[in-house]
Amino acid sequence: MKAKGKVFKYGANVDTDVIIPARYLNTAEPAELAAHCMEDIDKDFVSRVEPGDMIVAGPNFGCGSSREHAPVAIKASGVSCVIAPSFARIFYRNAINMGLAIMECPEAVEAISDGDKLEVDFDTGVIFNETTGKRFQAEPFPEFIKKIIESDGLVGYISRKKEQTQ
Amino acid sequence: MSMTMTQKILAAHAGLDHVSAGQLIEAKLDLVLGNDVTTPPAIKVFEETGAADVFDKAKVALVPDHFTPNKDIKSAEHCARMRTFARRFDIENYYEQGEATFGIEHVVLPENGLVMPGYVIIGADSHTCTYGALGAFATGVGSTDLACAMVVGQTWFRVPEAINFKLVGKLNPGITGKDLILHIIGMIGVDGALYQSMEFTGDGVATLPMSDRLTICNMAIEAGGKNGIFPVDEITLDYLKNFAPERFDRGEYTVFAADEDAEYVRTIEVDLAKVPLTVAFPHLPENAREIGSFERVDIDQVVIGSCTNGRIEDMRLAAELLKGHKVSKGLRLIVIPGSQRVYRECLREGLIEVFVDAGAAVSARTCGPCLGGHMGILAAGERCVATTNRNFVGRMGHPKSEVYLAGVPVACASAVKGYIAGPAELDA
Repeated sequence: MKAKGKVFKYGANVDTDVIIPARYLNTAEPAELAAHCMEDIDKDFVSRVEPGDMIVAGPNFGCGSSREHAPVAIKASGVSCVIAPSFARIFYRNAINMGLAIMECPEAVEAISDGDKLEVDFDTGVIFNETTGKRFQAEPFPEFIKKIIESDGLVGYISRKKEQTQ
Repeated sequence: MSMTMTQKILAAHAGLDHVSAGQLIEAKLDLVLGNDVTTPPAIKVFEETGAADVFDKAKVALVPDHFTPNKDIKSAEHCARMRTFARRFDIENYYEQGEATFGIEHVVLPENGLVMPGYVIIGADSHTCTYGALGAFATGVGSTDLACAMVVGQTWFRVPEAINFKLVGKLNPGITGKDLILHIIGMIGVDGALYQSMEFTGDGVATLPMSDRLTICNMAIEAGGKNGIFPVDEITLDYLKNFAPERFDRGEYTVFAADEDAEYVRTIEVDLAKVPLTVAFPHLPENAREIGSFERVDIDQVVIGSCTNGRIEDMRLAAELLKGHKVSKGLRLIVIPGSQRVYRECLREGLIEVFVDAGAAVSARTCGPCLGGHMGILAAGERCVATTNRNFVGRMGHPKSEVYLAGVPVACASAVKGYIAGPAELDA
């Protein structure tokens, strides 16, 4: 499984309140959430993001609230993958459960700039920066995580497993 | 093989003699929690799983506290969905605004006697870590985890490493547990305990009342912690006798203690006598500053309440400080007793009268302003001192507003002075 897209680069401690402000949490509709994704730190994000694009950010991405709406908003905005040196633990768990690919790779984050074009291979963990020609190695997902992401999240994964056993 | 307190609780719930950091385990859950933001998406997932019932209707707690009293039609429909679900499955611990058992989730679950030492609790709310104050393992998860936990009564965890916070001495008069946790987050940063347990130990523990322990564990997540946890002692048992007498009498709890040779990734000694009055500046809880160390910051609003500081002890302290004073002209002071029980006690003790006389708006039980939901939203350029737990960009309203986190004494003094102040200035 591969993804290609341009980079939106942000700093450290991007929190769930800027990913999706709580004032919009009276809905759980992915499209409605995506319409406000990142707006408090980057009001152009929503108009500029295209399917496949990637967020590259500093440590502790997704800190704060347990709202699953945060990975949902990012995924529904078209983002294929978030790359950071580390993720806040609830966000990490929620992202996988929602089928949003995330990769931990400090070296890549340091060497990738806003607007760079990347190709990410989830099977090998290779992050290739097409703009600079540099290549980085992140830990590839274990098999079951790959399957969760391919199944569009934990629920899809569980349903698929159920079908297979029936 | 030695274990931390958290590891012992997890091992017992996984049916294992021993667990070590990094191990993936499946653990049985004693309590599962959701609120009106996180439960509606969980209900959708619950239905998708095709489950016929929840695993145990006595072990699920659903608390509509975020956008209630219903903010708007969308919020009302979210709450209606939750209510319908609670009725359909006869959820015993579903509370409605105004009910004697109602309040902000992390205030009422301990008060209603649902949290016992040795329990494993997950909640689809990041501040679920509050319950570690009572010697339970409690951590926040997302809605999908909540849904699956409601179906099967168990979930998976990665066994965390731990930081040992060795507390020595005693807090100075006027310094609260809130100052201590802001001070600690200032020391280690908002990812200082990422994926780890924050285990509080040392002689200083015995000097901290339960209200402070709840405040401290509440904010473990603000340092990235998986959980915060206090050992079980006389103070814990006294709390249980008061708030969970039946479970206490039936002995429905287990006291776990860390092994003496438990391995910690690091030990941080905190001299409680050296903790100053602390304020966390925008826009991260780690931006801790000592009162008196910064220039005058004028403010527009003060919020006293939330799952961090909405307990009766906070209300008593606020009333004691505000008595005989008036809120600064042009400033809004919003006081939110955290539960009906707290509110009732405030009425009985005459505290509400003190708040109203000071010029405060006493609000309904809600998380509202803390998360920028409703009932106390800030305009662009406005500044608020809040006893809440987060000061991220836009947390309480406009992305150009600012939240300064503090304990009750600073909040009260600031409300009276109109700028960020310590309680010493109240008499000046």
